[in-house]
Amino acid sequence: MELVQRDQLQSLIDSFAGKDVYIHLETTNGSYAAHFQEGFFNAGAFIRNIVVNYELGKVAGDSPHRIGLKLPSGWIYAQGITHYELDEHGRLLMAGLGPDGKLAVSLEISETPFTY
Amino acid sequence: MMEKERHVLVIFPHPDDEAFGVSGTIATYIEMGVPVTYACLTLGEMGRNLGNPPFANRETLPAIRKKELQASADAMGLTDLRMMGLRDKTVEFEDDEKMVKLVADLIDELNPSLVISFYPGLSVHPDHDATGRAVVEAIRRMAESERPKLYTIAFDNKTVEQIGHPDVHHDVSGVTEKKLGAMNAHASQTVWMMEDMQKRLDAQDPDALKWLKTEHFYTYSFK
Repeated sequence: MELVQRDQLQSLIDSFAGKDVYIHLETTNGSYAAHFQEGFFNAGAFIRNIVVNYELGKVAGDSPHRIGLKLPSGWIYAQGITHYELDEHGRLLMAGLGPDGKLAVSLEISETPFTY
Repeated sequence: MMEKERHVLVIFPHPDDEAFGVSGTIATYIEMGVPVTYACLTLGEMGRNLGNPPFANRETLPAIRKKELQASADAMGLTDLRMMGLRDKTVEFEDDEKMVKLVADLIDELNPSLVISFYPGLSVHPDHDATGRAVVEAIRRMAESERPKLYTIAFDNKTVEQIGHPDVHHDVSGVTEKKLGAMNAHASQTVWMMEDMQKRLDAQDPDALKWLKTEHFYTYSFK
């Protein structure tokens, strides 16, 4: 993955619009957050291989970026995206990596299902 | 002095769970000629360490961690490594009976005299606790005379307050190179920690040496 180049990421997001695509979306503080910092309120969410068809996708903000996908009757968004790549399977992988190299958020779009 | 066992079954959910506090024990049993099986439930697919700049992404991490797990097994001399195909961070959401059966099937097949896993409720990560629960329940259902011993790892901040100090202590000073080999095999997870650890070991830091040369377990009581 490389640092987000906004125009390139925008055209990649455009290229999946109007197609049935599989989504991976994840936010996390890690399972040890409350262990290392007592009282830490640990929250996160994870969804994988849900099929959607978005009509409009946008990259917003300066780095870290926000990504929003408008669905026929709903929304998907992720904030904190710093890195991206189009992998060898044609999947658009986006992630928000902290300065410590730890993933905090991930949004991925693919025309084929992700593994389990 | 570690007791000779008929067969040791180690069950943890993540590649690297075996490395920190059990790799010396595993390597020592293997040197003693005791067969050891390590069943690793997931490939740590949801690991957060990807680096910045990243060395991996969410989709390539499992293959990296699978290789690291195999390398760790090689470092310990372990030949019976089972990868059980679950997904990281979902173990507690699997069907409880399915999890108990997964453990019971391994026990039926291998007839271990000792099982090593996590202490349910005191192992911090939900996957650790769920693994420990399934192991405890599978053994609890066995006739008392048939049950293997169960050694557990517990490291929640409340551990000492709730269950005191470990009662089993293994001298693994004969296999420190293998233990470090297992730790270093999981480079994607341990490289930062091991840089620091190596410095402390080089400086003869007493806590670091204690970590390297001894391993501690709580015998699980089914009473």
